[in-house]
Parts: sequence; structure tokens; C-alpha cells
Amino acid sequence: MIHLAKREKMNPLAAWGIRLAAFVLGLIVCGLLAFLMVEKLQKEPGKILDFYKCFIDGISSQNAKSFFENRKLWVFMKNTAVLLCIALALTPAFRMRFWNIGGEGQTLVGVLAAIAVSLYLGGRKGEESLLPEWALVILMFFAAVIAGAVWGVIPALFKAKWNTNETLFTLMMNYIATFLVSYFLIIWVPSGSSALGKLPYGSLPNIMIYPEKASAPSNKYLLIILISLVLAVGLYIYMKYSKHGYEISVVGESERTARYVGIKVKTVTIRTMILSGALCGLTGFLIAAGLDNSVTTESVGGQGFTAIMVSWLANFNPLLMILTSGIIIFLNQGADQISTTLSVSGAFPNVVIGVMLFFIIGCEFFINYKICRSRDERKEAVR
Amino acid sequence: MNQSLFVIILNFLVDSLTFGAVFMYGSTGEIITEKGGHLNLGIPGIMCMGGAGGCIALAVLAPVVPPAVLVIAGILTAFLMASVMGVIYSFLTVTLRANQNVTGLALTTFGVGLMKVLMSNKNLMKAEVYLVKPKDYFRWPFSLLQRPLQDAGLSAVQGLGIMFFMAVAIAIVASIVLYRTKIGLNLRAVGENPATADAAGINVTRYRYLSTIIGSGIAGLGGFYYIIDYMVSQEAYLSIEALGWLSIALVIFVLWRPHMTIPGSFLFGVLFSCSPFLAALGMNITMAAKPVFKMLPYVVTVLVLIISSVRNKRENQPPASLGLNYFREER
Repeated sequence: MIHLAKREKMNPLAAWGIRLAAFVLGLIVCGLLAFLMVEKLQKEPGKILDFYKCFIDGISSQNAKSFFENRKLWVFMKNTAVLLCIALALTPAFRMRFWNIGGEGQTLVGVLAAIAVSLYLGGRKGEESLLPEWALVILMFFAAVIAGAVWGVIPALFKAKWNTNETLFTLMMNYIATFLVSYFLIIWVPSGSSALGKLPYGSLPNIMIYPEKASAPSNKYLLIILISLVLAVGLYIYMKYSKHGYEISVVGESERTARYVGIKVKTVTIRTMILSGALCGLTGFLIAAGLDNSVTTESVGGQGFTAIMVSWLANFNPLLMILTSGIIIFLNQGADQISTTLSVSGAFPNVVIGVMLFFIIGCEFFINYKICRSRDERKEAVR
Repeated sequence: MNQSLFVIILNFLVDSLTFGAVFMYGSTGEIITEKGGHLNLGIPGIMCMGGAGGCIALAVLAPVVPPAVLVIAGILTAFLMASVMGVIYSFLTVTLRANQNVTGLALTTFGVGLMKVLMSNKNLMKAEVYLVKPKDYFRWPFSLLQRPLQDAGLSAVQGLGIMFFMAVAIAIVASIVLYRTKIGLNLRAVGENPATADAAGINVTRYRYLSTIIGSGIAGLGGFYYIIDYMVSQEAYLSIEALGWLSIALVIFVLWRPHMTIPGSFLFGVLFSCSPFLAALGMNITMAAKPVFKMLPYVVTVLVLIISSVRNKRENQPPASLGLNYFREER
């Protein structure tokens, strides 16, 4: 007979070995899938190496003159930073076993609020801004953070008072946010095209680390990347060394224990979700002021959902999330490259990511559990 | 009431009803899954794959087999393809004990992507082969009445076809099985408290596998129905994902009762398409009202969720172990 047992703790090296094996296995399966679905590959099977080379090409421009001008690399780091921010935002809630799958909506209302401030207090192209740029950016920041926090705390209030199922509640809030955005887009853009276009005021400043070329991607993206890294370290310290972080993990372990030792579970729930929503809002601010200067229903583009997987894959460890969000974006850009190089549907990246996630999710089992062969007791008795 | 107004209203109501059948499939499938304790967020992806599977079967078989066989083959393939997704989900969550939310979201990513890749294959998916001709078979017997219906202006009635009535039947049968049979009782026990069910001799693993796989298959039919019968368009597959999320909302709205998805999906259908209807009636509907109407199903769902938790009646709650995996050795 075979039975399963929980492992106490696995040798970290072996655990990473298993993860790496799953990753490689996943890549092989993706290659097989590509064979089945991509015509170009069926004609020339030798091109399968190109398939894997695409993952490298996806994050590094071939003809870049220098590190600072390597567009794809910086886009990779920027995308990783945004995904990382949302994943970090969700983490305190997950640690508390509060399944906040509303990151998408909380981030989107952040973007919406920041853009609303930029539109009403700044103005459109050709209009005079009411406020100086720095004041506008600060106001956008507060608007986004408050909007995200409000969107996050609503489900938490109901969870705390009436134990309303938070997974379903936060999921619904995502769609309410999406339609809120399309409502405002119709109000703001009466022409019917519903495309707001780039707003001229309220942008984060560029950091000129590469003054030779002001428009280099490094200058534009560095600030966002730095903010995300600071956030990761900050959240790690908050979760590990602060009283709040300790309370969160006790509530996550066992609500009863938390109550017995005098932790106010309701307060912790609400406080943590305000934090989680506010950080999502902050990400929304980064997207609005640092990248898009505009809002669409696709401003967050499903990253709120991807971030859930990023946070979980890192076992809710903020520092590890730098790695896991990087892996997801690496796969994403690689698969994007595949769909252009091998001319397959633009949806192919999702297939690759889905398959890879199955393998990465599945392999955790072999890290957490061991398969034992139980001794046959009857035979034992005869002996 | 004058004749044409009556016709407009009737058409709108019938159209909402037929549109709602998409949610009937999706929600009934998800209810069966959730009653076993699994919150399957992969439903949008599963519905997509059901749609893709059925359409591929039609594209391949349409030239060679008689109509009746074609209809059955299409439905079976859609069910099968979606069940395969269910197998992936339950293998990961039941056997490998992976987190359900994460697995479900990965399944959605995968399913939506794979469907788009498959459906955009222009060599295989020719509209006249897999859409135009099979449409009449699926809408039997109403397709025979095409001329008189069109003369009466009741074009929406044509949308009532085999798969619509199948959706109603499945929703009712699912309710009977869940609430009136021993199998249903066992399944609900597994979803409420797997440890107790296990101690009572119920095979938790088998119930969880089967409820997820059958539920996924049923949900997959929704995607297939939407492409082949409701929309009959080559672009239809692009909007299935949104309907999948709405189906998950409907599960909460009907408080986990499959037969209630029939009126519930009708209401969602009405809300989803009522702004052009009100405009057709001559009401002054601004553009901005459209997203507000589309937002309503979600808002109403949230309200139902809140009210049911405030009233705290036992039979209206989500299954107690929803979203939690069961590991016998961990008790």
C-alpha cells in the first residue's frame, strides 16, 4: 500500500531541484504543444531550437547599443515591477488567509482615481493646468491609494461583521470596477470612441541615469522598478518583524488562537485589507502616473489575477516574489516573442503560461508531501 | 398595447431567455463542483474549451455525417473537452492538493488562450462548415418554422433549440439529484465537512473528482451553445470569458440551487441586453447607462451575498469547506 505523509521540512536545495525539474518539464511540454499547433514548426522541425531561443529574445533586444538602451530588458524589468507590486499588495491578506482576489479591481480603481485627478485638476491637451505638476502628482497618489483602500476595505468590513465570503465578494468587485471605468470613459469621452488618450499633466519624473539619450527606457522605468524593490523589502520587514505582521500570521494560522491571546481579529482583518487595497491603489498610481497617463478597462490587463499566482508561488514571501514575478513575465515575453517569430495567434502566450503554471503548481506537492510505502501489517504479524 | 410593441417586448424576453441558457450551463456546472467543496475559478477557461471542442468536432464532421449524429457528436465533444479540463483541475487540487484559486486561475489562462489559438485557425474553422449549416440542426424543430416566425416578426423564437431545452432540463435534474437523492446528499456532505463524510464511509476523492469533472463538462456546453446557437458568429468565442465570470456570479445569486438558475439567468440576460431594448422602445437612454446596466448583475450578486450572510440561514450559505482541500492524514 502507498500512503502520503507531510514532510517536516525539505532540504531547500532539493526543493529547488524539484522546482527546476518541473520548470524544464513544463518547457518541454510547451515545445510539444507548439509542434502540434504551429505550422511553421511542422514544416521545419529544426526550428524547435528557435522556439526556445525566443525566450531569450523576449527579454533582450538584439541590437541594443548599451544596457540602458536595451528596450526589451527594461520593459521586462518594468513589467516585473508592476506585477510584483500587485503581488506584494495581496500578500498581507493572503497571509491572514483572507482570499483577496480583487487585486485587479483595487488596482483599476487606483488608476481611475489618479486619472480623474489628472483630468479635473490638470486638464487635457491644450488646457492650462490648475496645479503645479508636483502638487498634481501628490494628489493623484493620495486619490489612488484612498480609492484602492476603499475598494479593498468594503469586503473586509462585511467579512468582519457578518463573515461574508471574501473570495466571491472581492471577485465581484473586480467587475464592478471594470464597468465603473467604462462608465467614466463614456462620460469623459463623449465622442463615442471611449479612448481617453494620453493626458499631458501628472507624470512621475524620469531619473536620468543615462543622460546620453533622454528617451531611453532606463530613464523612464527606473523609478518604478526602484519603488517596487523598496516595497518588497519594506513588506518583508513589516511581515517579519512588526507587531502587525505577527498578528496577521497568527490570525492566518488559527483565528481561535488569535482570539485567545487577545488579538482583535476584526480589527486585524480590516486594517490588513486597508493596507492591501492601498498598496493596490499605489500600483494603480504607478500605472497611471508612471506609464500610461490614461485609463482603459484593460489598464491592469489581468495582472491582478496573475499576481495571486505570483504571491502563492513565492509561498507568500515578499523577497521571493521578485523572482516569481520575474519568471512569469519572462515566460510571458518569451511566448509573445514566439507568437511573432513563428506567426501563431497572439493568444499562444497564455497557453504557455497556463502549462508552465500547471507544472509549477503541481510540483509543490512533491515538496510538501512524501509518498511512503506503508508496511503491510498482516505480513508483519505473521513474522 | 399595439402589435409591434408587443412583438418587440416578446422578442426581447425570449432573447434574454435564450441568452441566459449560457449561464444556466455555466452555473449549474459550477454549482455541482462547488457543492463538492471546490471553488473552480477555471470555469471561464472550461467554457471556452467546451466551445472550441464542439466547434472543432463540427468543422471536422459536418461534411461527412448526417444531422442527428452531428448534433450529438458536437455536444459530446464539447462535454468531453471541458471534462478534460476538469480532470486537470481535479488532479491538481484533489490528488496534488494544490491551492484551488491558483489552479483555477491558471486553468482559465490556459483554456482561454488555447481556445483562441484553436479557433483562429482559419484552415480548419470555416464559418459555412461549422456554423451556418449545423445551426438549423441545433435549432430543430424551430428552424422548420423559420418562414412563419419571421413573418410574425418573432425572430427571437428561432433561438429556442435543442440545447436551450437541454439547459433547462440539466438545471432541473441537477437540483433533483443534489437535493433529493442519496448521491446528492453524499456530495453535499463532502462539500460541507469532508472529514465527517470520510468517516461515514463516503469516498471523498471519488466524489470530488466526479463532481468537478461532470460540472466542468456541463459548463463547457455553455460555451458551445453560445457560439453555435446563440451568437452563430465567428467572433463569438472572444466574449465567452466574460460570460464565464458572470456564471460564477450567478451561482451565488441563486444560492447554490441549480433549478433557480433558470429564472436567475433570465434576469441576468435581461440586465445584460436591456439598454438597446429600452432605446428601441423610444426611451431616452444615454450611452452612459449601458455600463451601469452591465454592472447591475455583479452589484445584485454582491447584495445577495451580503444579505444571505447577514440573515445567516444555514441552507443559504456557501458549502462550509468551499475552497479547502481535504487531506485525510492532516486531521
